[in-house]
Amino acid sequence: MAEEAIRVEHVAKAYRLGPQGPRYRTLRDTLAEATSQTLHTLLGRHNGRVRQATGRDTVWALHDVSFTVAQGEVVGIIGRNGAGKSTLLKLLAHITAPSRGRVGVRGRVGALLEVGTGFHPELTGRDNIFLAGAVLGMRRAEIARQFEQIVAFAEVERFIDTPVKHYSSGMYMRLAFAVAAHLEPEILLVDEVLAVGDAEFQKRCLGKMQDVGGEGRTVLFVSHNMPAILRLCPRVILLDGGRLVADGPAAAVTATYLRANQRLGAERCWPDLATAPGNHIARLRAVRVLDAAGACTASVDIQQPFAIELEYWNLKAGEPLIANIHLYDAQGTYLFASHDNLEPTWGCRPRPAGLYRSLCTIPGNFLNSGRITVHAAVGRWNPHAIHAWVHDAVAFDVIDTGGVRGEYPGPWAGAIRPYLEWGTRLAAPLDSVPATAAVSEVRR
Amino acid sequence: MRATNMATEAPPLAVDAAASSAAAWQWNTPPRAWVPLELGALWRYRELLYFLAWRDIKVRYQQTVLGIAWAVIQPVFMAVIFSLFLGRLAGLPSDGLPYPLFVYSGLVVWQLFALALSETTSSVVANASLVTKVYFPRLVIPLAAVSVGVVDALIASGVLVALLVYYRLPLSPPLVVAPLFLLLAALSALAVGIWLAALNVQYRDVRYTTPFLTQLWLFATPVVYPSSLVPEAWRPLLGLNPMAGVVEGFRWAVVGRGALSFELLATSVATTAVLLLGGLFYFRRLEQSFADTV
Repeated sequence: MAEEAIRVEHVAKAYRLGPQGPRYRTLRDTLAEATSQTLHTLLGRHNGRVRQATGRDTVWALHDVSFTVAQGEVVGIIGRNGAGKSTLLKLLAHITAPSRGRVGVRGRVGALLEVGTGFHPELTGRDNIFLAGAVLGMRRAEIARQFEQIVAFAEVERFIDTPVKHYSSGMYMRLAFAVAAHLEPEILLVDEVLAVGDAEFQKRCLGKMQDVGGEGRTVLFVSHNMPAILRLCPRVILLDGGRLVADGPAAAVTATYLRANQRLGAERCWPDLATAPGNHIARLRAVRVLDAAGACTASVDIQQPFAIELEYWNLKAGEPLIANIHLYDAQGTYLFASHDNLEPTWGCRPRPAGLYRSLCTIPGNFLNSGRITVHAAVGRWNPHAIHAWVHDAVAFDVIDTGGVRGEYPGPWAGAIRPYLEWGTRLAAPLDSVPATAAVSEVRR
Repeated sequence: MRATNMATEAPPLAVDAAASSAAAWQWNTPPRAWVPLELGALWRYRELLYFLAWRDIKVRYQQTVLGIAWAVIQPVFMAVIFSLFLGRLAGLPSDGLPYPLFVYSGLVVWQLFALALSETTSSVVANASLVTKVYFPRLVIPLAAVSVGVVDALIASGVLVALLVYYRLPLSPPLVVAPLFLLLAALSALAVGIWLAALNVQYRDVRYTTPFLTQLWLFATPVVYPSSLVPEAWRPLLGLNPMAGVVEGFRWAVVGRGALSFELLATSVATTAVLLLGGLFYFRRLEQSFADTV
């Protein structure tokens, strides 16, 4: 067992929320606080601490978090937005102090919490390499030694003496990451650096991260990118609401995360017939997103089939109802519509009055990852009519666990990501191709 | 804060990892009322200090037509106006010196103080993106900010030499210590500036009061008038203004005439020292929450 490089002991972190938002304190607050503190001190009730954060204005970003990391371990940190991941990294990087507990690190720490830290737009690429390097904790000699490599990695040779404010955002990003990537700390903290840049750049960042992990450095990596986490980190820590809820092998913890990621929005119910959306012919009672086991879920595994369920009342006997759903991605692209018109029992047939339940199964390896919004409707064809229609009825996240992407690490372009069958065969070995044709092919 | 082996050239990582097993634990603990100054950490971060100062100086006159000439234009114009209104029209005494020389020598060192003060006051907030993303001793920020004032003052001193030649004043031996007074002015600005920089993080009111404060302060300092104009009984109080001794001292060193009031100088230096020490502790205490409040 390697020696410990990081110790987090019962750490809690509170942020104050002021009346004008979370940031500034007013002079009046402080004066009032000082007065009450003085009173407490005079009355002997002072608790001896510097201004304990308490009361209703306080938000706890972390609650009693403890764990240790051994030297050379690569650990992923996952959790929803606001789970406390970034706060944890800031505590490890010594940028901010904990409210309770303590955080210990052993060795030189490098924190990449943002691409472009220390960059100044007015300075040239060359100047910025030295400036940002110094800000990240590199020594001048170290930067000078790696200067050529940094420039080559960023591919900005021609613009190295141009102020970076004239760079394209891609060039800026590449240069900024190149500087950070050449930092050689013993403990590396990385926060979502891969969330920016184009696919090619993200791929290179991941490659560089993998190299770093292989060099025996201790790495803590915060990301929403599950495939990246699974590739890079043997061990994963899951935070939720500021608490450490799971710590263990990557596959197990990411599975826990997917299960736990159920939130409001995956189910909508209108139990009261009188107020449910619809008209005198049909009204919607419920819309749900269900996983393969039939449980309501707000996040579905990209590789697993799932279903969308519609519950609705038919109020007019003999009405040939058609239930339908319409799926939109986060960019608002209309992905597809699906109707139960071909359903074997009731599709396009007159139905007796009553409560109906229609289930549409959507296969795994079909949607792309991201947030999907569902519009739900009940209507009829010939003549066409819409009886009930709910815009943005439910929403869910398609969680990227790999699947179709295989070994490809970058974002997967396109509105959907279907698993399609390919057949590739060697049509003719090279030696049977006329020699001249083969040569011209090679030379092109 | 960083590992102690940082002081040496970083060796290849495989070796480093083995070496660092002996490295000490560095603890990040809840905010304390009294934090040791750890000036040694500042020394380890001297390269960052250099780069931040270099950045501030380099960026200051970027994309201006007159560029570095601004460092001269400002004190020269102020000196012309003061000479006209206070020297000629109001007939303020100037210890027997030509008034333009008198007031310009004061303004050079005063401008250093005023500029360095305004730069340090806004420095931590101006570098918020660094404060919230990287760790380094925060004192590096105001320290680097002072440099802008020093560079401008050195450039403005060129005109001072020209004035000495114009008025046919000989270069005197005390001139050697003139840089010391510039340094003292920078320290005074730092002493006041670190208080204000730390305060400015929490209360942005500071940003609005500083220009106003600096203007008032100018008239509380013997820049446009000699300290001999102040009634004898009040003169010890004048020394409580750290800049009083500095301005008088600088003028004495440059012009090389009259005697320096050591009493005044000593009081000013002592005031600066007390302010600086208090400011350092105050800054270190508030620095613990900079990243959360900035």
